Amino acid sequence: MAVVFERPKALADIPTHYCPGCTHGIVHRILCEVIDEMGIEGDTVGVCPVGCSVMAYDYFNCDMIEAPHGRAPAVATGVKRTNPDKFVFTYQGDGDLAAIGTCETVHSATRGENIVVIFINNTIYGMTGGQMAPTTLPGQVTQTTPFGRDPKLAGYPVRVCEMLSTLTGTALAQRVAVDSVAHVREAKKAIRKAFENQKAGRGFSIVEVLSTCPTNWGLTPVEAIKRLQDEMIPYYPLGVYKDITADEEGNK
Amino acid sequence: MERNLMKGNEALAEAAIRAGCKCFFGYPITPQTELAAYMAKRMNKAGGVFLQAESEIAAINMVLGAASTGVRAMTSSSSPGVSLKAEGISYIAGSDLPAVIINVQRGGPGLGGIQPSQADYWQATKAVGHGDFHLLVFAPSSVQEMVDMVIKAFDTADKYRMPAMILADGLLGQMMEPVSFPEITANNVDKSSWAADGHKNSREHHIINSLYLQPDKLEKSVKERFERYETIKATETDAELYLTEDCDILLTAYGATARVVKSAVNAAREQGIKAGMLRPKTLWPFPVKELNEACKTASCILDVEMSMGQMVDDVKLAINCSKPVHFYGRTGGVIPTPAEVLEEIKKYGGAK
Repeated sequence: MAVVFERPKALADIPTHYCPGCTHGIVHRILCEVIDEMGIEGDTVGVCPVGCSVMAYDYFNCDMIEAPHGRAPAVATGVKRTNPDKFVFTYQGDGDLAAIGTCETVHSATRGENIVVIFINNTIYGMTGGQMAPTTLPGQVTQTTPFGRDPKLAGYPVRVCEMLSTLTGTALAQRVAVDSVAHVREAKKAIRKAFENQKAGRGFSIVEVLSTCPTNWGLTPVEAIKRLQDEMIPYYPLGVYKDITADEEGNK
Repeated sequence: MERNLMKGNEALAEAAIRAGCKCFFGYPITPQTELAAYMAKRMNKAGGVFLQAESEIAAINMVLGAASTGVRAMTSSSSPGVSLKAEGISYIAGSDLPAVIINVQRGGPGLGGIQPSQADYWQATKAVGHGDFHLLVFAPSSVQEMVDMVIKAFDTADKYRMPAMILADGLLGQMMEPVSFPEITANNVDKSSWAADGHKNSREHHIINSLYLQPDKLEKSVKERFERYETIKATETDAELYLTEDCDILLTAYGATARVVKSAVNAAREQGIKAGMLRPKTLWPFPVKELNEACKTASCILDVEMSMGQMVDDVKLAINCSKPVHFYGRTGGVIPTPAEVLEEIKKYGGAK
């Protein structure tokens, strides 16, 4: 019988700790599919963040390093600079990448570090129980914005892809979502492009994935997907913000 | 052997390259900047990586990444910068990674000053970051020792899978002395059992990690580390004993201060005072046995530091407070003079 669907080889065969309806699982899966398709698992080193995906080192079958909060791009820099023939990726949430790790993010991008950054934006700190993230939307209720995020008090959300697209060292800055089959396919294509960039030595590639957190949003998984579509995508438009291959390929 | 006149900071850098250090990540800070500048000139030509990081925090985490793949990695800074590295050093220790960190100390706290100081002893030996762990801490007293100890630091760090620090100071970093570089006998520790450098589909995946959410597992990992520390305490201590066989008063000092103290000991001897000196070359592990040996004939100990008195705690602990321990120190970048130290020796040891 022909196998039409199976677990990617790069994805470990163990249950994850993620909540029901969380989209980390989808992103893990498509990332591993890309690693499988490129046949690079044995030459890949992943770097985990601090946050909900802190234990992702157990879920990927490639070699993994657990970084301090926000420092994954610096750790990845250390790996890649001393092992330029290896594929190096980080997997980070919004608090990790766009709050405590903003400095490491911006500078690894502007140096054009030849790494892939997978950025999970779910507008909330999940692991610590639902506090305001740098990407929390205006008006969004969290544990630390109990009356809704008031930009006058708590500032405005950070649009990471837009910000990083201004840097010369950035090769790819693309925002995707995993709320529908079409979007999941688009997201996988973006991750593939990011790894192809690394293979070609093009520099820093970031794929921002709009994701859900039903638990801390206080919504069912279905309602959470709807919120992503109705509230997040309008604020964080999907699309390619920078792609240095666009001109040569004439595809955007 | 060929001898070159070199500045301390540059000798540290050259020694690291010769010891097989493959990458240096740093951030500018006085008084260690020459080290990074030397690395920038030499490292890439030597086939390694030099990278100026965006912060001390990033630099130490680049070291974490490089060390995770099994290569010899180093960073350097001075006191305020080492405080910023504290987080990364704790993670490096918790992940059982070898790495070398250099602290060319300056005065503190806060922004402090840029003149020599030894006020980071506590930080280096007791609390360089959160959690139960130690660093190997080497304290050179000459430019030649800076060379020798960098090589020793890389070897010992690899041997025990833990971070090592060279605790120097602005005086040593800036001074020039003739140095020779020993032939390095390849010290290739096999790191293939743990390094995360791509499994090549030929082994289980390796994970470099310091997270253990189960208390009993975390306790076990810490206890295993402390068993290693016991071996280190028993075998890796080092100290210089100077005129201690018959001393009535024993002086203790490390690093640049020990040079001043040695002059004072000589002057005291000329005046008929039987002074001696013990200089710890390893601050952690502290040379407890050597100190007890050195102070056998002494009626008291005088500890001298460029601080308000930090190592003096370890001196008292090492001898279980069995003898009076006096202290003399200058701080804030002020260097004690031999005359000042001689006065102190006369105060406590001149009665005999």
